[in-house]
Amino acid sequence: MPASLEIRNLCASVGDRPILKNFSLTVPKGEVHAIMGPNGTGKSTLAKVLAGHPDYAVQSGEALVDGETILGLEPDVIARAGLFLAFQYPSEIPGVTIANFIRAALVARQAKGAPFDAKAYYAELYAKMDALKMDRKFTSRFVNEGFSGGEKKRCEILQLMMLRPRYAVLDETDSGLDIDALRIVSEGVNAMRGPDTGFLVITHYQRLLDYIVPDRVHIMWDGRIVHSGGKELALELEEKGYDWVKKELAHA
Amino acid sequence: MADLDQDERMQREAIDVDRSKGDFRYEEDYAYDAGVGLDAGVVDYISRVKGEPEWVREFRHRSLGVFESMPMPTHWATDDLDNIRFQEIRYYLAKGQKPSRTWEEVPDDVKRTFERLGIPEAERKFLAGVEAQFDSEASYSRMKEELEKQGVIFCGPTEGLRDHAEVFRRWFGKVIPAGDNKFAALNSAVFSGGSFIYVPKGVKVAQPLQAYFRINAQNFGQFERTLIIADEGAEVTYMEGCTAPKFETATLHSAVVELVALKGAKIQYVTVQNWSSNVFNLVTKRGVAEEDAEVRWIDCNIGSRLTMKYPGVVLRGKRARGEVLSIALANDGQHQDTGAKMIHAADDTTSNIIAKSISVGEGRSTYRGLVHIPRTLRGCRNNTECDALLINEHSRTDTYPAISVRGRRNSVQHEASVSKVSAEQIFYMMQRGLTEGEAMSLAVNGFVNDLVKEFPMEYSVELKRLIELQMEGSVG
Repeated sequence: MPASLEIRNLCASVGDRPILKNFSLTVPKGEVHAIMGPNGTGKSTLAKVLAGHPDYAVQSGEALVDGETILGLEPDVIARAGLFLAFQYPSEIPGVTIANFIRAALVARQAKGAPFDAKAYYAELYAKMDALKMDRKFTSRFVNEGFSGGEKKRCEILQLMMLRPRYAVLDETDSGLDIDALRIVSEGVNAMRGPDTGFLVITHYQRLLDYIVPDRVHIMWDGRIVHSGGKELALELEEKGYDWVKKELAHA
Repeated sequence: MADLDQDERMQREAIDVDRSKGDFRYEEDYAYDAGVGLDAGVVDYISRVKGEPEWVREFRHRSLGVFESMPMPTHWATDDLDNIRFQEIRYYLAKGQKPSRTWEEVPDDVKRTFERLGIPEAERKFLAGVEAQFDSEASYSRMKEELEKQGVIFCGPTEGLRDHAEVFRRWFGKVIPAGDNKFAALNSAVFSGGSFIYVPKGVKVAQPLQAYFRINAQNFGQFERTLIIADEGAEVTYMEGCTAPKFETATLHSAVVELVALKGAKIQYVTVQNWSSNVFNLVTKRGVAEEDAEVRWIDCNIGSRLTMKYPGVVLRGKRARGEVLSIALANDGQHQDTGAKMIHAADDTTSNIIAKSISVGEGRSTYRGLVHIPRTLRGCRNNTECDALLINEHSRTDTYPAISVRGRRNSVQHEASVSKVSAEQIFYMMQRGLTEGEAMSLAVNGFVNDLVKEFPMEYSVELKRLIELQMEGSVG
């Protein structure tokens, strides 16, 4: 069984507008891959399609988590199969505390009726919050309600760390973060790097990749990957800008 | 008598067919049955079976006359009321036995039903006294000895009016007179079952008194009557929760609950209503708070086809306080028409209303509030908050607040909000691994979270579970 997040020839649309056009990419477990690209090229759509968002229609192609197909499954089934999405714009859940929310997500992964070890849960939750420099009081705040941009992203990474997915898709996690928050969030992700997790980091800017150094960088353009390389590709892109990609494509 | 083994088997089959709690029924051998329909003969029959004093019989007959003369309140409420077939209802059924005092005296079939309802024996030890109503009569009631020593009376209305007339007669039918509304009149004519409680001066009942109500007969209306009197400086919490089995024909439930908090007394009345979705639940609840007294209604409506219930407090003494905290959940085919009434009748009285409603699917919830502060009073305050949550576009919510505050020396605050659970919120929660039903119940529990905190612990747990069951069932 291939230990990877594998996307093959994926075509997807919103309404009758095609967004992903024959998109293919493989993220082996244990690696960090970055997708860069200008706005409107389909990066966030890719994240939503993988997570099973009902607004997107898949026309063809495949997406596999460790060899098991996830396309067409309900979002919660995909999540429990091991795919986590850190949202660019996380929703607010009024009245539901962060502690209860993460707890509910963990309970959903247990066998029905299995006992939940609340003591161990809180010990782990507090340790992870300390790592993310989050105040303990945070646990009793309602999910994302009244959070600053930085707090929302930290909360996403906290959930990522608690739920330990096999693959994590980070959608523009750097947007809205100041440099300190960016460093803290990146440290959280880096702490999770290892043989058990694969990362797909979606970003518009090279900045994030100074902190989360990718194994591979892919450039996305008009619904597909047009260029792949090592971490130096991000620097090259930063230097030359997306026009460089555009010109290169025109010559091809 | 049917063959016992066959009975057992039928019961087991009934349980296997539908696993939802409360949705099952044991065959009952009704020792007394007033037959179908309502007339003076039925009223006489009930009064005779109960061995009531003459004044109670006369009260019933007067009330029947009031009931017959009043029109249905369809002009302001809902046309669904016209679907009640009064002449097809059984108005009285009883096991024909005296209320039991110990668990051992409770008949086995009744015990089995309680077991199915999940009332564990251990829990009963915690409860100070249980008055569990099986159909019309209290079939099981017990009080801890220390309560009896303190002079607390906890019985059914028949015993209350017969054996403790000097305590109960003064207030019976005074807070809610028979002519208050058509359904209060109906209850006054045919009432049976319920709780009569008297807490003497200065006695603070530490543990909540609890009653489980249950309808267990087709076409059978349940008309329980409750009167709670907390004497000066006394304190008591009463909790009622109900489940009912489902039947094809509609069942009518029309209770009257009167609370009297004398000077400095506190009464808290907690309800979790979970009747099955064919029950008409038309209930009149009102309390009187004398000087420095407090009446608090905590009212949750999750079940029934149509509930019309507006718990009220008459703030009759200076500095009296009244509060209604209510949660209503209306699912497909349900209409929760609930609210609160606060009648300020003395200076420096305060009232607080917090109402939250959730409409799911085709469910409809309505809030009706009445706050009355006359011009002559000063220093009165009311706070009203009503929040509605819609789960999808077919659900409906309406708010009808009627606030009449006269004079400049009183203050009133009113806030209302309507919010929706969005598809994005559901997707976000599902991406964390929750099923659609779990996501919705988490959102709903979040919406009612701040109110549920005010509930007694065991009820907040039960309520959370009931909401989960409702939400799980509401998604495909």
